Amino acid sequence: MQEKVLLIIPCYNEEAALPALLSEVAKTAFPDLYKVDVIVVNDCSTDNTVAVAKQMNVLVLDLPMNLGIGGAVQSGIQYAFNNQYDYAIQLDGDGQHPPAEVVTLLNAQKKYNVDVVIGSRFVGNGDGFQSSFIRRLGIRYFHWLNRIFTGNQIFDSTSGFRLLNKNAIALASNNYPDEYPEPESLVLFAKAGLKVKEVSVQMRERQGGTSSIGKSASVYYSLKVSLGMFFTFIRH
Amino acid sequence: MVRIQLLTIVVNILFLVYIFRLIIKGKLREEYAIVWLICTFFIMIFSFWRRGLDVIAHFLGVFEAPNLVFTGAIFAIFIYLLHLSVVASKLQNNIRKLSQEIAHLKLAIENKDKT
Repeated sequence: MQEKVLLIIPCYNEEAALPALLSEVAKTAFPDLYKVDVIVVNDCSTDNTVAVAKQMNVLVLDLPMNLGIGGAVQSGIQYAFNNQYDYAIQLDGDGQHPPAEVVTLLNAQKKYNVDVVIGSRFVGNGDGFQSSFIRRLGIRYFHWLNRIFTGNQIFDSTSGFRLLNKNAIALASNNYPDEYPEPESLVLFAKAGLKVKEVSVQMRERQGGTSSIGKSASVYYSLKVSLGMFFTFIRH
Repeated sequence: MVRIQLLTIVVNILFLVYIFRLIIKGKLREEYAIVWLICTFFIMIFSFWRRGLDVIAHFLGVFEAPNLVFTGAIFAIFIYLLHLSVVASKLQNNIRKLSQEIAHLKLAIENKDKT
């Protein structure tokens, strides 16, 4: 029996990076154990992301309103839930997450049998793309916050490169933060008793588009995410 | 009756009429009108009962009656703003669900067309 894997690619104005990413995914050799489908979630882009995606023979979820990365990813997770996928893997549309590393996540899931696998820049000897100083500072802060709220040692809690198994898919399809969901959802998963494992992957510089978090927004980002984590911790 | 009293009463009635018109035209939902109706009710009471403000201020231990008005009004405004934030959050949540549902339906229709 093959296991069904859904690669969720959330996109906002990624017409430049998307074709290369999708053809790279198509060329990636996944183990025969897995049947891999790709779904592009267009978060109401103002460019030709949809048209580009539709030419590439992948599933396309076209959101009529801009929901933010969390809402977009959640739509993909809902598709995975409705269509009984075994695993959902988020792969950012800007090409930061190399499709070849998807196999790393799948292997890690098999090896450790956890509910969530995070592809991390900071665990082990990951010598791929490392981000700027401010970002690293933020990431260290979230590591600390995560340890307080969940007791988990997660080093790259802002990494969007993740695998969810059926348990995590069921949870996240119902309940997932809209904006900046990565650190917050870790609290959610931990509180639901899901097991999280972080593995080292190589990441690249974005191939096009702009980051969802600008410099001036990073203070807002930290505050919003801290609040989100705190209330997720209290609520569940 | 003093001029200022007449003025408040007239303005109040105009305000009330305006709120009613908004509700009748469907531009204002009843649940959001409640707070405005209560406001007009209180202003109306005090425009007829001029000494009322002093009486209540004295009863609550507020020395200057106008301060009671400001405190009360600002408090009411804060509460109402909070209420509006709650409404906005609810709407945002609903919009998210609707958008996702529409996206799923569009994909389902496309898949059907292909087969």
